[in-house]
Amino acid sequence: MAARVARDIDNGAYVNLGIGLPTLVANHLPPDREIILHTENGLLGMGPAPAAGDEDPDLINAGKQPVTALPGASYFHHADSFAMMRGGHLDCCVLGGYQVSVAGDLANWHTGARDAIPAVGGAMDLAIGAKSVYVIMEHQTRNGESKIVERCTYPVTGLACVNRIYTDLAVIDVTPVGLVVIDMVAGLAFTELQRLSGVPMRDAMAAGPAE
Amino acid sequence: MIDKTFACAADAVADIHDGATVMIGGFGTAGMPSELIDALIARGARELTIVNNNAGNGDTGVAALLKAKRVRKIICSFPRQVDSHVFDALYRAGEIELELVPQGNLAERIRATGAGIGAFYTRTGYGTLLAEGKETRMIDGRHYVLEHPIHADFALIKARYGDRWGNLVYRKTARNFGPLMAAAARCAIAQVHEIVALGELDPESVVTPGIFVRRVVEIPAPSGAAVAAPPVESHR
Repeated sequence: MAARVARDIDNGAYVNLGIGLPTLVANHLPPDREIILHTENGLLGMGPAPAAGDEDPDLINAGKQPVTALPGASYFHHADSFAMMRGGHLDCCVLGGYQVSVAGDLANWHTGARDAIPAVGGAMDLAIGAKSVYVIMEHQTRNGESKIVERCTYPVTGLACVNRIYTDLAVIDVTPVGLVVIDMVAGLAFTELQRLSGVPMRDAMAAGPAE
Repeated sequence: MIDKTFACAADAVADIHDGATVMIGGFGTAGMPSELIDALIARGARELTIVNNNAGNGDTGVAALLKAKRVRKIICSFPRQVDSHVFDALYRAGEIELELVPQGNLAERIRATGAGIGAFYTRTGYGTLLAEGKETRMIDGRHYVLEHPIHADFALIKARYGDRWGNLVYRKTARNFGPLMAAAARCAIAQVHEIVALGELDPESVVTPGIFVRRVVEIPAPSGAAVAAPPVESHR
């Protein structure tokens, strides 16, 4: 999934990768593209993890893991960092998700469970602020329920904010006319994908020439 | 002569009173002013409202302040972490109030205080639980939520270098909330690894101008530890 997302990130893009699964996208960025990673705790030009022993507790990513700063990197405070996010300066962000709705609503910060301790971080800022919002998540829950839904049942992070969904089965664009499947894993039939999904989708690959 | 330097952390926090709102810099432990927090614990002020990105990590710093039961309320964006057991237990026991704020709203609400802004509209959080009950407005076809500044009596922050005028230079991603909290609090207290002579900091590189800082305490980085200062990183 992470490798598939990485293929869609353009040369020259400013990108924020969320905590968890999205962080893995960094390992798959094509070496022939110059892509600048932003981490909301205050760094543009984030590099990979340092060698063992070279960790610096003052140089971490949003997941609080040690990272490095590439040549050309810059540090900044939180108001500047979130201006980059909220002000529409980031080309793309990649977020994890519990659910995405047909309308592109995202739920990824809170299960809503009574005893859960909520934490939101920068998810709501990224959801409304990045030019393109990509969500990377399993297609179904462990119980076999579709994570792509008509309406989110978990508390939402943002409304109509998701542009594209990457699952372990398919890549799906959220469009004004509904969900459009633009890629599927090899060997999967569209009818089977549709059966595993909670909502209707269109098969862009079968649509023939663009209208 | 202006001299904002204090001899020790205890002196710098000696007037933090019961019921005070205290902003504490840091993202996780990067930029967390641990020695100032320890001094605040020793000082004994109670019923505090704390503003921080998180709600403590492990058992030190903000976590130690919570553990000492000095905090009535915490305003933060990301309390739940793998090592937030102190907060988690207090929260589940109903012994601490939580105001959860999207991180960008937290930063901007702090910034707004320092900049004298009465309130601002932001798209972040619209339609979510965290905007419930808040005034909204449609501007140019988009929905916005009205957010208010967060005021504070004190800020405790950490920087790499400071001088007797209170000018500050930070270190890497430890900068995070420091500049915003310095401007927002009525009394900003900075612990710095090194106090340098006036004029040693390059004016082009000063991040927090001294006008925002009331007190500076030198707390050298632990020698030999991973937090050791980099070899004469040019602060000029």
